[in-house]
Amino acid sequence: MLALLPPLIVLCPLAAATILLLSAGRMPPPAARVLAAGAVGLAAALTLWLAVLFLSAPPPTYRLDVVLWHWMRVGGFDARIAFTLDPLSLVMMLVVTGVGFLIHLYACGYMRGDPDVARFFACMTLFVAAMLVLVLSSDLLCLYIGWEGVGLCSYLLIGFWYAEAANGAAARKAFIVTRIGDAALLCGLLLLATRIGGLDIATLLQPGHLGGGPVAEAAAALLLGGALAKSAQVPFQVWLPDAMAGPTPVSALIHAATMVTAGVYLIARLHPLFLAAPTVMAATAVLGLVTLLLAAGSALAQTDIKRILAFSTISQLGYMFLALGTGAWGAAIFHLVTHAIFKALLFMAAGAVILRVHHQQDIFRMGGLGRAMPGVFAAFAAGAAALAGLPLVTAGFYSKEAILQQAWHAAPLLWAGALLGAFLTALYISRCLLIVFLGPVRTAPTGRTEASMAIPLAGLSVLALTGGLIEMPNAIAPVHLLFRLLAPVLGPPTAEDAEGGAGLLLAGALAPLAGIAVAWGLWRPRAGAIAPADDGLARGARAGWGFDAIYGLLLVRPFLALGWLNRRDLFDRVPDLLAAATRWGARLLGRMQDGRVRRYAGWIAAGTVAALCLAVRP
Amino acid sequence: MTATPAQALLLASMLFALGLLGVLVRRNLLFMLMSIEIMLNAAALAFVAAGMRWHAADGQVMFMMILALAAAEAAVGLAILLRLHAAGRPTLDADTGNRLKG
Repeated sequence: MLALLPPLIVLCPLAAATILLLSAGRMPPPAARVLAAGAVGLAAALTLWLAVLFLSAPPPTYRLDVVLWHWMRVGGFDARIAFTLDPLSLVMMLVVTGVGFLIHLYACGYMRGDPDVARFFACMTLFVAAMLVLVLSSDLLCLYIGWEGVGLCSYLLIGFWYAEAANGAAARKAFIVTRIGDAALLCGLLLLATRIGGLDIATLLQPGHLGGGPVAEAAAALLLGGALAKSAQVPFQVWLPDAMAGPTPVSALIHAATMVTAGVYLIARLHPLFLAAPTVMAATAVLGLVTLLLAAGSALAQTDIKRILAFSTISQLGYMFLALGTGAWGAAIFHLVTHAIFKALLFMAAGAVILRVHHQQDIFRMGGLGRAMPGVFAAFAAGAAALAGLPLVTAGFYSKEAILQQAWHAAPLLWAGALLGAFLTALYISRCLLIVFLGPVRTAPTGRTEASMAIPLAGLSVLALTGGLIEMPNAIAPVHLLFRLLAPVLGPPTAEDAEGGAGLLLAGALAPLAGIAVAWGLWRPRAGAIAPADDGLARGARAGWGFDAIYGLLLVRPFLALGWLNRRDLFDRVPDLLAAATRWGARLLGRMQDGRVRRYAGWIAAGTVAALCLAVRP
Repeated sequence: MTATPAQALLLASMLFALGLLGVLVRRNLLFMLMSIEIMLNAAALAFVAAGMRWHAADGQVMFMMILALAAAEAAVGLAILLRLHAAGRPTLDADTGNRLKG
């Protein structure tokens, strides 16, 4: 039974996607909605059942291999389509199907009235299936299928409203930037395959199989490249803010809760490989810290509500990479889970706001919405509190605390940076909350938020507030459910995980409070016009610190210039030459077909004589 | 004195070459048909020579068959010529027949 469930769970959304794709848009929207949400809901229910079965009677080594078929067997290289069920993949499955189902439910309401709803849900369910393959596969090649699958769905959904050129450009940008990382990942896989002779994760991670040294460093660095691009970390972070061109449920599902965390999952899954490469670990931590500070600074200056959340996602992913770089695998996964919950909640609440104010996304044209939509306000506040890490009562506090503790033990400088990040996080999300929901009304909202959107908001609000209680520092309460669950995969919690100095805890609790206090001082509701800051620093931050401009100058412009130089397509000339030669030959030979029987007979005779000469040649 | 197979083959190839030459250079359809008859007979002669060489009756059997074939070919060929004439074609020049529809 246990072995049957994982393939079945993948099959549910895959079957829905196939049906929706094959319907070619002819399926009536209500049927498409029911089919998609039902399939993902069924997957979520089966995952829940699987979790109960797994936890009540776990397999001896806490892992269960389900081999579906052998993909190829070439000279000792054996690639299998196989799933591994272990605590890590179980946690990821719960996140993907659980949050995924709530987002599908929300999308039923959000996408009402869109004529292309079948195509939307086809891509969404396909995404869920690909993401499940990614987290379940026991072979890196199989994982790569899921990895590319989610990238494809991301591209299709960012450009969902393709009639606007900007959306298509954003989709291409996301696809191309992540493709750079995918190429690095593929190179890493090839390196591992040639050195070890297989890509099975379990064999790959056997101690002493790869050893240390430059090969391990190179492989880890290439894998890190793939993870950085997928998770929108410096220097690949430029695609995520533009990806907000997609519908809001897409932003919530793909660009906040699941796909962008694939990089975190990859590194956590392969952590012994990274332990053998200390340089890469250090680079991961530093890049994570740089990302989280830069993105938090950018979020502070944005005016578009979805871009604020996008930069916030980049920043929170930076926390996860910081945790990975300091070896806190459990803390990274813990933050992944809580972040998936509260960021999906924030995006969906923002989507509800956007629908009610006529697709206005500029926070400086909103205001006072708290009175008109108290439910959405409460949900957004719960998400914002979890994101800011409001002490004790929110999930974000506990997961961020776990990361901060580990950073302190790795290097106090990293801890200080992360603490500054926590302060900035509280600052920018409070700014967003204060400007959008309090103060004078600038755009009057209309309509109602329908039930299919309200239910996921309520459910995720509860989780965002209480989800952190599964894992607490010792100074508060010795609860370590998640770390103990993940111990068979990620190793037992270290003493540092549990130690948790009270001083550190206090600092981690005070930073967000300070951020909220400063935000109140700066943006508290008052009469009069309110405008975004417009000095040089704010403009730089709003533009994402000029990364786009630099890449445009260094990469895009030279590439376009190269394309202009080659606009006649030099390499096309070679086949053109071949075509011309063929045409001339045909014209020449065509002259022979003039219908004069005697000439034909002459050619036949000449050919026969030539053939005979060849045949009787001594 | 009887001819050796080699001599017979030489004669056959000469006849064949003459017939081929006739097909290639004559423009009159009637003469082309006659040249083809010569080529067929050259081939039949080659069969007879080969049968003599291996002391087998097969060569003469084939000769009888080619005789029948030649008769049939002549009948069909002459019938086509008469049809062309009946269709109002004023000449027997083969080179004028390079277009479909008359």
